[in-house]
Amino acid sequence: MELKLIDYAVMLVYVGFVVGIGFALRRYMKTSTDFFLSGRSIPAWVAGLAFISANLGALELVGMAASGAKYGIATCHFYWVGAIPAMVFLAVFMMPFYYGSKARSVPEYLKLRFDERTRALNSISFAVMTLFASGISMNALAKLLHQLLGWNYDLSLWICSAIVLMYVLKGGLTSAIYTEVLQFFMIVLGFAPVVYLGLKDVGGWGNVKAALSQVAQNPGALALNDKTFQADAWSSAWKPLLAGPSHNPMGVDWFAIVFGLGFVLSFGYWCTNFLVVQRAMAARNMSAARNTPLIAAVPKMVFPVLVILPGMLAVALALSGKDGYRLPPRVVDSGKYAAAVVAVRESAGLDARSGLEKVAAATGYKMSETKVAALIRDVAAGPLEEKVLKDRIQDAVVENDYDGVILSLVKKYCPPGLMGLALTALLASFMSGMAGNVTAFNTVWTYDLYQAYLAKDKTDAHYMWMGRAVTVVGILLSIVCAYLVSRWSNAMDIIQLVFGFVNAPLFATFLLGMFWRRTTSHGAFFGLLGGTMASALFHSLSSALGNALGIKGGYLWLLLGVNLESMPKFLIFPSDMAQNFWLASFAFTTCLSLTLGISLLTRRTKSDAELTGLVYSLTPKQVDESQAWYQRPAVLGSVLLAGCVVLNILFW
Amino acid sequence: MGLDIRIPIGMMFTILGLLLSGYGMVTASDSALYARSLGINVNICWGAALLLFGLVMLAFSLPAFFKKK
Repeated sequence: MELKLIDYAVMLVYVGFVVGIGFALRRYMKTSTDFFLSGRSIPAWVAGLAFISANLGALELVGMAASGAKYGIATCHFYWVGAIPAMVFLAVFMMPFYYGSKARSVPEYLKLRFDERTRALNSISFAVMTLFASGISMNALAKLLHQLLGWNYDLSLWICSAIVLMYVLKGGLTSAIYTEVLQFFMIVLGFAPVVYLGLKDVGGWGNVKAALSQVAQNPGALALNDKTFQADAWSSAWKPLLAGPSHNPMGVDWFAIVFGLGFVLSFGYWCTNFLVVQRAMAARNMSAARNTPLIAAVPKMVFPVLVILPGMLAVALALSGKDGYRLPPRVVDSGKYAAAVVAVRESAGLDARSGLEKVAAATGYKMSETKVAALIRDVAAGPLEEKVLKDRIQDAVVENDYDGVILSLVKKYCPPGLMGLALTALLASFMSGMAGNVTAFNTVWTYDLYQAYLAKDKTDAHYMWMGRAVTVVGILLSIVCAYLVSRWSNAMDIIQLVFGFVNAPLFATFLLGMFWRRTTSHGAFFGLLGGTMASALFHSLSSALGNALGIKGGYLWLLLGVNLESMPKFLIFPSDMAQNFWLASFAFTTCLSLTLGISLLTRRTKSDAELTGLVYSLTPKQVDESQAWYQRPAVLGSVLLAGCVVLNILFW
Repeated sequence: MGLDIRIPIGMMFTILGLLLSGYGMVTASDSALYARSLGINVNICWGAALLLFGLVMLAFSLPAFFKKK
């Protein structure tokens, strides 16, 4: 696909503004507090939009559209079950302790509440996780730019990282927050017309639903799933879940969604992940800090229209095959292509079956039998032009590249101009993901690792210098992670898995720490350690249907010399997603029970006075009377929750 | 923090709106170009929307701007 001058102009304007914001903020960066905490001066609406934008990384636009196509409307559970309730909980119950304790980071809260060990454990695992999240995001971006525009992978990766580096280096967290707000509007305004055109083309929501019910009964036709389902499997959020794992394409049951996703993973992410919590902690006062997640929840609630609907539209369009549209096939590696051509040539004269197998082995993907047979015939009849040959091999791939769904729609509907805008929106989403992770990483490194253990009593200027230096290091490490994860195709599953390892047990520690004063430092530390180890153990012992033992789980069985057939059946889950949700639930329960048990057996090391402001029962209640009733977090939170219930019922 | 974020946001979308709608007007006669977007000249429509959004953002930032002066 070729871009016109106007498209580049739109991108340049955007890049100019984000870098410009960084430079404009440079003169305000006087102390480390300015650099890492934005001087606690951000208005609530800005913090709120940055909060949601930091979460709008690769996971959202690309991953959610992919899931929308793969699983249909049930993907909305990541929003209406897996986000809003946790965001409300953070605002109403947890923000007073984060903001009120004057901790500068989530790990620092753990130090104040428990001790250094828990902080060290949390900050190290968090640092590793943010680097991976940022790497995954940048890898996805560079891959898309490479596949779609033919840009060089390495060059795209380095240039985009350099832009992020430039503005974070200059303006620190403020720069990241401000550009996140800009990116938020860019993303919404860049994708809205694409969704509108897609919806108009399909003929409205009614037609989408009708098409989805046809797809559900024969998803094999679009290579979406090997099984067949009830008509509502793609267009109802709850009914297929309640019917059991074999009745919905996610392969999960309602308990895994409600407990695993809705409680453990979601609360673990939204309430303890410093990436998002940092935005609220930068707010100008307590009331702004508490309102931050609530303001963020409003766009979050309606985002499925922007990010999940495109996936469903793509399925509906592919079903009708209008204008030759199909779900984008997985891209054949340029390295494998030569072997595929040889396989096609050598298959002349063979029977259709062995020809297909040969070509499929060369590309590494499942191929269409009829298309490969036709290609073999045509090649045997006379030489084809190289480009035609390449296109036809690519076209014969059956497996879908779900991560390419959103871009296939952009390509289909956007004329030059709008194309530039939509691509810029995509760029913005990846950059906000990376900048968010990098600012969280540099704060945790500088305050929780460097200042705490390596260089205790240095000047403020020294820590600010370290913050800048580690921003560069963080971005370089993200790039390393990007190259590492470029081997894996499903970024979303990996991110969920990492969250499972790190975040799932963590919420148990916070829950007990904040709401039960009897929780001891020993309990917290060993509970958290045990919980994290429990996730690793669970992952090493469990697998999902259709996966080989190995990196996706069950490697301990490999080491023990047990193969897939003879490992216990109850450890094989119906899908990757079910495995992740159960892993999270297991890790949480382990951490919770260990922390409870050990706390009861050990002595408290902190007095009630020391815990004031850190534990619910020892802290004076937040008085909201100064605010009008409709501005109180509890009231706003209840309204949001009610809205969520209504949405769930509407799409039941 | 000293910078009012509404100003750069407003400025950026004003520029983008002008760019897009300008390009839409120049290419208005090229119906093949807009076949993709279902025959709608989305550059003009959406460019105008962006321009409006940009101006509204700038308008919101005005009172604070003058107060500071």
